[in-house]
Amino acid sequence: MIHADILVIGGGPSGLSAAIAAGKSGAEVLLVERSQYFGGQLVKQTHMFFGSEKQHASSRGFDIGKKLVEEVKKYGNIKIFHNTTALGIYEDGVVTLEQKIGAEEIYLKVRPQSIIIGTGALEKSLPFPNNDLPGIYGAGAVQTLMNEYLVKPGKRVLMVGAGNIGLIISYQLLQAGVEVAGIIDASPKIGGYLVHASKIRRSGVPILTGHTIVKAEGDKHLEKATIAKVDDHWKPIPGSEMDMNVDVICISVGLTPSSAFFWQGGCEMKYVRELGGYVPKRNRFLQTTVENIYVAGDSAGIEEASSAMVEGSIAGFAASHDLGFVYEDFDREMQDLLEELQGLRGGEKGAHIRAGYEKVMF
Amino acid sequence: MLKTTGVPSDRDIEEVFPPRERLEKGPVVVVECFETIPCNPCYTACHSGGIEAFKDITDLPTIDFEKCNGCTLCISSCPGLAIMVIDYTYHQDFVKIIIPFEFFPLPKEGEWVKGLDRNGEEVVKVQVLSVKNSKKQDKTSVISIAVPKAHYKKIRNIKVGVPND
Repeated sequence: MIHADILVIGGGPSGLSAAIAAGKSGAEVLLVERSQYFGGQLVKQTHMFFGSEKQHASSRGFDIGKKLVEEVKKYGNIKIFHNTTALGIYEDGVVTLEQKIGAEEIYLKVRPQSIIIGTGALEKSLPFPNNDLPGIYGAGAVQTLMNEYLVKPGKRVLMVGAGNIGLIISYQLLQAGVEVAGIIDASPKIGGYLVHASKIRRSGVPILTGHTIVKAEGDKHLEKATIAKVDDHWKPIPGSEMDMNVDVICISVGLTPSSAFFWQGGCEMKYVRELGGYVPKRNRFLQTTVENIYVAGDSAGIEEASSAMVEGSIAGFAASHDLGFVYEDFDREMQDLLEELQGLRGGEKGAHIRAGYEKVMF
Repeated sequence: MLKTTGVPSDRDIEEVFPPRERLEKGPVVVVECFETIPCNPCYTACHSGGIEAFKDITDLPTIDFEKCNGCTLCISSCPGLAIMVIDYTYHQDFVKIIIPFEFFPLPKEGEWVKGLDRNGEEVVKVQVLSVKNSKKQDKTSVISIAVPKAHYKKIRNIKVGVPND
């Protein structure tokens, strides 16, 4: 049995930030990450981040990931396990882990006093005829192929989804020398940041709002996509179909919080459309209805990485504080973080996030 | 238009463009930021007071065109690549436009490249005056181009050579 005051599940932006905050507070922390790298999705983000200096704005995502990992490694009281998948939370408070060491897989048990869950999100998919043809990818897969393995997914891409992820990956495809035939989105408006949309548009990529994918065709792999305009009820309008010769369709239609551990841990859950799916109820310090389980990042509700980092810090400080660890600057730090988070959720773009959070706060 | 296609309208551009009198005084910034997103690095990068302090992180940047000296520091700091600097006084027939650029190959000084508008369509060939790509720019190169005066409000991007294969 491994001892830890605080177990952090997930080594992405929220988990790393949570571990740092808990480490600063003096808690014995165990941070576990399924993949071989820490940084989560930051590893693949080649674009500059928004936000303010505090959230490393204007730095590129992968550089932010590196900075956070360096920071984590400064603390002797933070243990980090990579290649380690958390498997389950049991009634007696034990969390089981599977760790890969070379070809071996070992089974570990940890009984933490508190758990911070920053497991991120899963991609949503889209049903349409032949959506299982080779050449049809989720956006995450395209980004992993390109930015982690340096493999182009194909020659000519149709991007489905004009949210930030669809826009950013379209841009990265262009940077990799892949043609983007177009970006479609069923919504009447571009969902992602307009600055992303504008920079892709001025590279010559059309963005077609109010369009959906109708079907894919191809013999052994994708050869053609058919798109169509949609009516007010998001139904394809007959006669408006248009064929596009593409060998890749990239599906980027949103994310849903990865919620399995909250269900297992007995947290009270709520379906909140604005946050992307089922999320645990929590107070403003990100404590769930189960006293020793905290939530941070996309698993708390789909948002930007900047907010995930701030949430991680809040959860890390709060969990440590609740266990009795004394961090001298706790009050001021917590106040600043809560204000930062409120700032990031301000403005027109933050409206749906604010609405979502109102539904899950207690 | 902007919200459905990503292309700002002429009116959107007019609203963020410095007045003619200011253009005639020398280099000055144009910030095509039209949406209240949480972001303020342009202000953090500015040393001249040309980009005013943000009250709230989701404010749109407010530009003091008189204080802006066109130093270009903000160009590569903008995560949205929404900033350019324009020098109307550069030449009798040409305006110097300084834009961010994140594609390879980078153009070379003196090279002729395609000048693209905000739709990504070629308007006119333009000549590259300089390419800055030091650690300071952090991979967002800052490219100066000479644009014939007739097109200076249209050009916002370039296309270099043949596309990568």
